[in-house]
Amino acid sequence: MQSTFSGPVYVVGDNIDTDQIIPAQYLNLVPTIAEEYEKLGSFALCGLPDDTNPVRFVQEGRMDTEYPIVIAGRNFGCGSSREHAPIAMGAAECQCVVAESFARIFFRNCVATGELYPIECGDRLCDVFKTGDLATVDIDANTIRHHATNRTYSLKPLGEVRPVVDAGGIFEYARQTGMMPAKAA
Amino acid sequence: MTLTEKLLARAAGKARVSAGDNIWVSADVLMTHDVCGPGTIGVFKREFGADAKVWDRERVVIIPDHYIFTADSKSNRNVDALREFAREQGLPYFYDVIDDPNGQWKFDASKGLLKKQYGSNYAGVCHTALPQKGHTRPGEVLFGTDSHTCMAGAFNQFATGIGNTDAGFVMGTGRLLIKVPETMHFRIEGQLQPGVMAKDIILHCIGEIGFDGATYRAMQFDGPGVASLSMDDRMTVANMAIEAGGKNGIFEFDARTREYVESRTRLNGTKSTFEPVLADADQKFVYETVIHLDKLEPTVACHPDPGQRKKARELGHIKLDRAYVGSCTGGKTSDFVEFARVLRGRRVTIDTFGVPATPEIVHDLQTTRWGDKTVWQILEDAGVRMTENAGCAACLGGPVDTFGRMNQPGLKCISATNRNFPGRMGHKESQVFLASPATVAASALAGKITDPREYVSN
Repeated sequence: MQSTFSGPVYVVGDNIDTDQIIPAQYLNLVPTIAEEYEKLGSFALCGLPDDTNPVRFVQEGRMDTEYPIVIAGRNFGCGSSREHAPIAMGAAECQCVVAESFARIFFRNCVATGELYPIECGDRLCDVFKTGDLATVDIDANTIRHHATNRTYSLKPLGEVRPVVDAGGIFEYARQTGMMPAKAA
Repeated sequence: MTLTEKLLARAAGKARVSAGDNIWVSADVLMTHDVCGPGTIGVFKREFGADAKVWDRERVVIIPDHYIFTADSKSNRNVDALREFAREQGLPYFYDVIDDPNGQWKFDASKGLLKKQYGSNYAGVCHTALPQKGHTRPGEVLFGTDSHTCMAGAFNQFATGIGNTDAGFVMGTGRLLIKVPETMHFRIEGQLQPGVMAKDIILHCIGEIGFDGATYRAMQFDGPGVASLSMDDRMTVANMAIEAGGKNGIFEFDARTREYVESRTRLNGTKSTFEPVLADADQKFVYETVIHLDKLEPTVACHPDPGQRKKARELGHIKLDRAYVGSCTGGKTSDFVEFARVLRGRRVTIDTFGVPATPEIVHDLQTTRWGDKTVWQILEDAGVRMTENAGCAACLGGPVDTFGRMNQPGLKCISATNRNFPGRMGHKESQVFLASPATVAASALAGKITDPREYVSN
């Protein structure tokens, strides 16, 4: 499994709720329908107010983001239980969110769907990084490196969450580990 | 053990559990709706097979309520997908928008947004409909694909919101792996004063602990003051546990709980047996506080999150464009009665919207008389735009043609709903201030945030 993610980071603050991750008007899209899954990706994080986030996470007319890493403050993903939130980010090809803390259901939904790694950090990295800075996240070493300064910050280990996301979500994990029978071909 | 620990231990078939334990629990009820139901069904079929059957058809409750009264074709399609699944699985508890089990739902915008466009089975907002239709019972475990599922904690049950994938798993197996939350204790004493409502209790509590103060935790409400709170009041409080990040909110069981649940299960013919959980002597809490109801004042959570607590009387400088009463939290009969008590014989000065949570509440308001007028007429006479199309409506924005949605930037709305992050009720540059229906009423009259005690005599 891939254990390092490199690229420009997208930085947000505290309390980014699920309406900002995927505005409610797009919840008419059903994530298990392939083309609607892709469409959700194009709207990822489009609910962020323009004044705090003048650069869009996914550019107008694009389906994927150029930012594989999101860096956030406290309580990322608070609000609704909509699984469309981690799915939209995953569908946009975001790989991981590094946040000071996560809201409970969002964290769980990241793991259940296997869409992206929800990683906690001890430092307030959203004040250290700026959108567009290059970084590398290493989930074996539990670090994030800021390329411009070459400084490395430690991340909290993913623990038991990691193999579930590696597998692609709880159902795949359950099959791989023999908790559920394999799918009939 | 705390109420939550005791309940989860029972659901896991264990004598004892502790906060932090990861346990498999059996679900008593799984609830889903039109926004997350089609995706949940998609996961269920993908993982268990196209011909798979739900684990127990009596325990799956499907309540379309979110994007119903909209011309958005995908939203209409999603209601049809629920109907098809309910028919295929033979689900007895599908509260369809239309009466024809083989029909298709299409909202007719030409009939306007105010006159009712639903059949006899439609139940309205899922969290309010669940208890009304006899699906909440003390001591049970309820999972729902909606964060405000925690509202059912008012009935002494463990109720929490989950995502589609987890819900797909429950649909196939009836079980879920969860972590036992730590419990925060809110002991309630005294009695609410005139002009102060249950909404003020929970806005006060969230302000106390912060927007993430209950993350991964249970919020337990008990104490001598609970007896004075109606089931509607308790629902309002439990509903917003999630707004502090809580996993669940839970109330102790009493005679009022029993009376409500027994009458509702009898009326609807749903399962009527239940076993409440009662408090142990050895409860361990991670946080304890006492809420003195007598001391609470009308409270507002300012834009942009539910933890921005202020007193209504301190916010007279905030001019408003809109007022809104509705949703699971604030659209119950008792909410509209208090709304009307302030508005009666007066006239709102800003755009004001009223969306009852369920058709039953519409009926209550249209038949309850004060003098020669119904509550509904009093509200309409005061200038409130009341719709009979009960549902989630603009509480969460929804499709652009949703009743009451804020479609322009810069609008400020005072609302009896439960969430106010940026863009919650529509445009991402609009603002929402959360308050009780009484405070919303007073503010609608004055056009700025106003303490309702200016209008309510003692």
